[in-house]
Amino acid sequence: MAKRKVVLNFPPHLIDQPITYRLVAEQGLKVNILRARITPKEWGNMVVEMNGDKARVEAGLRFLADLGVEVEPLAEEVRWQEERCIHCTACLAPCPTQALYVDRASMTVGFDGEKCIACELCLNVCPYGAMEIAVEK
Amino acid sequence: MTRTIQEINAKIKQGRAVVCTAEEIIQVVREKGVKQAAATVDVVTTGTFAPMCSSGAYFNVGHALPRMKMGGGRVTLNEVPAYAGFAAVDILMGATAIPDDDPRNKVFPGKFAYGGAHVIEDLVAGKDVRLTASAYGTDCYPRKTLDTWIRLADLNEAVLFNMRNAYQNYNVAVNLSERVIYTYMGVLQPRMRNANYCTAGQLSPLLNDPYYRTLGVGTRIFLGGGEGFVVGHGTQHNPGVRRSEKGLPQVPAGTLAVTGDLKKMNPRWLRGASFTGYGVTLTLGLGIPIPILDEETLEFAAVSDAEITAPVVDYSEAYPHGRAEILGEVTVAQLKSGEITVNGKKVITAGLSSYARAREVALILKSWIEAGTFLLTEPVAPLPSADSGYRFKPLPERPWERLQEAV
Repeated sequence: MAKRKVVLNFPPHLIDQPITYRLVAEQGLKVNILRARITPKEWGNMVVEMNGDKARVEAGLRFLADLGVEVEPLAEEVRWQEERCIHCTACLAPCPTQALYVDRASMTVGFDGEKCIACELCLNVCPYGAMEIAVEK
Repeated sequence: MTRTIQEINAKIKQGRAVVCTAEEIIQVVREKGVKQAAATVDVVTTGTFAPMCSSGAYFNVGHALPRMKMGGGRVTLNEVPAYAGFAAVDILMGATAIPDDDPRNKVFPGKFAYGGAHVIEDLVAGKDVRLTASAYGTDCYPRKTLDTWIRLADLNEAVLFNMRNAYQNYNVAVNLSERVIYTYMGVLQPRMRNANYCTAGQLSPLLNDPYYRTLGVGTRIFLGGGEGFVVGHGTQHNPGVRRSEKGLPQVPAGTLAVTGDLKKMNPRWLRGASFTGYGVTLTLGLGIPIPILDEETLEFAAVSDAEITAPVVDYSEAYPHGRAEILGEVTVAQLKSGEITVNGKKVITAGLSSYARAREVALILKSWIEAGTFLLTEPVAPLPSADSGYRFKPLPERPWERLQEAV
């Protein structure tokens, strides 16, 4: 199963075509629209998350490119809001890379952004909203 | 040796009290032994900062004009329903209350982003909170609707009143099933991939006085950044459970009901918490000073993480179905190492209780006592202890339909 967040830019001549519908009905993808700005006669912009098996997602991205839609991956970053963190260590359990770690002497949590792969598992686990997704673009 | 609380308070007033935290005292005992430590140390302070099961706050908001009877009507604070079954302008906000239109688990797993605990936190942080109220109107209280901003400073009484806090020991939760589960012990990965625990261990208030010898009704405590008092035993208080040789309960045991003036509290020590797929609760800082009345008291207060054990319980099947099955017992020291072994399998651990903050609570309480601004209190009445026969029972379900048949 693949999950991809992409930014789509539609040239004005494609605005009136039901492209998102075709991604779902013809390409067989689960599409979640995260952000959309479509205005007649202007470039349209959408941020979508596409879910499906890897081959389908790849085929879906090629379908969009063939139509003339500009496709770019979404750059996302997980951020640790230290002032909201209470250092309970609940986030250590799901983190696959130990980007979230604890200093056992002080029992304080730390976050190494370099190791983070933005899997987003920690977001669900932190009860205090100390983990946040910051979206570029 | 023996010491009385009166003697300790006399020293506190003179700024001469010798105080250690429940963590510091462990090292003191290792170096000097129990006898000398008990002779020297007057007070041991404990602390914890964790989600506290059953918490809430009551308020008197004052009367608008014309007067209004909220009691018997409906009240919301930031869209979270408050309980209005008291007098005209007395309301109660429970920590776990959520807005009527919160989707809960309809879109699974629910976020439970905002609830009663967050309302209480927002008030303590000095924020404006929206109060809406509707009433049926009476001759003396004719007003029927109200929609106003309120804030903590304008309220008459704002009292934190928690019917269950400071659980003495708690389960270590694991998930034996094949799917992720969402519980009050956090998100539990399938096939026992993680074990979540919730205890301040050697800093924990009730684990440092396991038989409740030095505290009781009226004990003055650190609560939410300000002063609070023990009201009595909390709901589900269960003192008669099995204990180690040193008197430490090996399963969840005692609880406390506590209260304090919300206006003197601080959002660093009082936070709303959102547990994905489960709900909202209040995370609170609580600390209790232990007067060292004799050597036995000191010995109990010098408990260390390696001596405290907690039961590992499956939260996918056994817990929801009320089966008292224990997969193993682990020490708090093992839990804090980051990894435990259950039935031969290595399991990573994660905490819900902040040890770093618990340490800070105990140190703050120590500084208040050393500064002479915090006096200890004599308990007015004891809590039911291990020999009292007091126990936490399940509900004996008697379905309503059956009684109808008998009639």
